[in-house]
Amino acid sequence: MKNEKDYIQDIAEIRSMMERSSKFLSLSGWAGIMAGIYALTGFYIAYKIFDFNPVEIVYDPVISSSLYSGLLKVIFLATGILVLAIITAILLSYLKAAKRSENLWNHTTKRLLINMLVPLCTGGLLILILISNGLIGLIAPFTLLFYGLALYNAGMDTYKEVKILGLIEMGLGLISSYFVEYGLIAWALGFGVIHIIYGIYIHYKYER
Amino acid sequence: MKISINGLHKAFESRIRLGIMSALTVNNKLDFNSLKEFLDVTDGNLASHIKALEKEEFIGFEKSFVGKKPNTRYFVTKEGKKAFNDHLEALEKFIKSRKSV
Repeated sequence: MKNEKDYIQDIAEIRSMMERSSKFLSLSGWAGIMAGIYALTGFYIAYKIFDFNPVEIVYDPVISSSLYSGLLKVIFLATGILVLAIITAILLSYLKAAKRSENLWNHTTKRLLINMLVPLCTGGLLILILISNGLIGLIAPFTLLFYGLALYNAGMDTYKEVKILGLIEMGLGLISSYFVEYGLIAWALGFGVIHIIYGIYIHYKYER
Repeated sequence: MKISINGLHKAFESRIRLGIMSALTVNNKLDFNSLKEFLDVTDGNLASHIKALEKEEFIGFEKSFVGKKPNTRYFVTKEGKKAFNDHLEALEKFIKSRKSV
């Protein structure tokens, strides 16, 4: 016959197993902080050096050819930031999983990725369509919007704070879709500042 | 006798079996290797606990193929769900009754 302490231990075990087996908990707060820093650096380069700041939704590729030459650079820059942020996140998650002697690539990770990739790919394709139609002003707001949707969707498979992060990104996306002139600022806020705040919060709440 | 006086099911006395039931309750279906990884146990150990739960008809399995590899996925049966819930309720009651004394 077990005693009371054993039963309490049983319940703790059940709880921990339910959480461990259904949620991706290897995402490091540092990944958020680093992604935020990359995004802010990218914003600075695009804004100050490439002088990229669309204030209207539609641009004619012929008339605003200078904006289009800048646009190509900005697309490369944004892709570079994305790749860097993803590599950092994978690397840090790998280290965190190894520290907890867990395997990074399990079925929770797979589910999380699928749940994120569906809205992200839809958004990515839509943004290519926007670019081809000269709707440059909507790029930044729509990246925020679809990234927010992806996070909200992923919120079920990881820390619940990710859901809130998703809602904030979606809010910023909607606001900047209306006030297009603040699109780039909202982008820097959403991908830069909010990521850093979120990263610090996760780090202090779960990693100390 | 399968059920002890306070409603706690004998089949769930092992913590590994509790772990299997917990993992399968929140994830509809899991294969052997995923379970093994979550529980951090050896093949033989896990297999014997799975067999015990199968014998009670608390969990079932379905076989399929991933490419050419056979893949067995386990799930909780209706009886298993009920038994696990009853067990959790009994645990709760037991602890509550102890606290109020």
